[in-house]
Amino acid sequence: MRPVLRKIIGSVADIVKYACIVHCTLEYVGDFVICSGPSMEPTLHTNDVLLTEHFTPRLRDIKRGDILIVKCPTECEQLICKRVTALPGDKVQVGYQSSVVIPMGHMWLEGDNYFNSLDSRSYGPVPQGLVRGRALMKVWPFSSAYVLK
Amino acid sequence: MFLFYFIKKLSIAVPVTITFFDVVGYIARVDGISMQPTLNPDKGDFDYIFLNRWSVRFNNIRRGDIVCIVSPKDLKQSIVKRVVGLQGDVISTMSYEKTVLRVPEGHCWVEGDHVGHSFDSNNFGPISLGLITAKASCIVWPPSRWQFIYPYLSRKPLNAAL
Repeated sequence: MRPVLRKIIGSVADIVKYACIVHCTLEYVGDFVICSGPSMEPTLHTNDVLLTEHFTPRLRDIKRGDILIVKCPTECEQLICKRVTALPGDKVQVGYQSSVVIPMGHMWLEGDNYFNSLDSRSYGPVPQGLVRGRALMKVWPFSSAYVLK
Repeated sequence: MFLFYFIKKLSIAVPVTITFFDVVGYIARVDGISMQPTLNPDKGDFDYIFLNRWSVRFNNIRRGDIVCIVSPKDLKQSIVKRVVGLQGDVISTMSYEKTVLRVPEGHCWVEGDHVGHSFDSNNFGPISLGLITAKASCIVWPPSRWQFIYPYLSRKPLNAAL
């Protein structure tokens, strides 16, 4: 009985160890994301797989033009993938008449598909604290894999 | 040989510790007077609170909970505030641009207990639930202040049936 019990405890400890290492990698280094939806066409299509890194939100060096993975501000279970078009202090034209100045600690997100994208034009500037990662490159499908700029 | 053994142990211990802090929770010091009298009741004394990460994983935030959020103005800063209203609630604000507003979908209204001395939703408006990182569950230090933190509302949203 003893050796069996010891073996079970040993393997559970191993599983916990590896789970912790995997958690840290996915949380602090980077992960893979599957895109869905038309909002980032023609750059990204549904079922494309992206490699993302998670250093950018921790180092706080978000730049204009980055494609970011962000927690949706209106539905925090969901992740959205959008491009940063303006940073704090920038002025953004909304519609024909009005314009918005991005407040401190926020950013303006837009999908590349201008006519079919739910983004900052409907919910306004997004807090930078919601950023989860930055898309580095498209890894799937292989035929069109490339580094995103 | 000893060094190798040490590095091997460390390479396991560090991820396990980080994961524990990420998943279960961690202890943090509360700075400032914005949550008086609940936290830091005496000037110069700091309360250390246990921030529970597990309970925000499934987004069961209730009105009256004390939560830790990433400041929407500055993502380097975390602030501790009380949730006053959840999505759909009607709030009578104190110094915001609108005097009465409905909290939008996926957002909540947070306020400090120390009215007028707190940088909260009355300054920056409703915040997205995604900014909540943890829930304060107890005061762990100093020993004279050991206690659990229970949900409590001094100011209720205007919609009835609460």
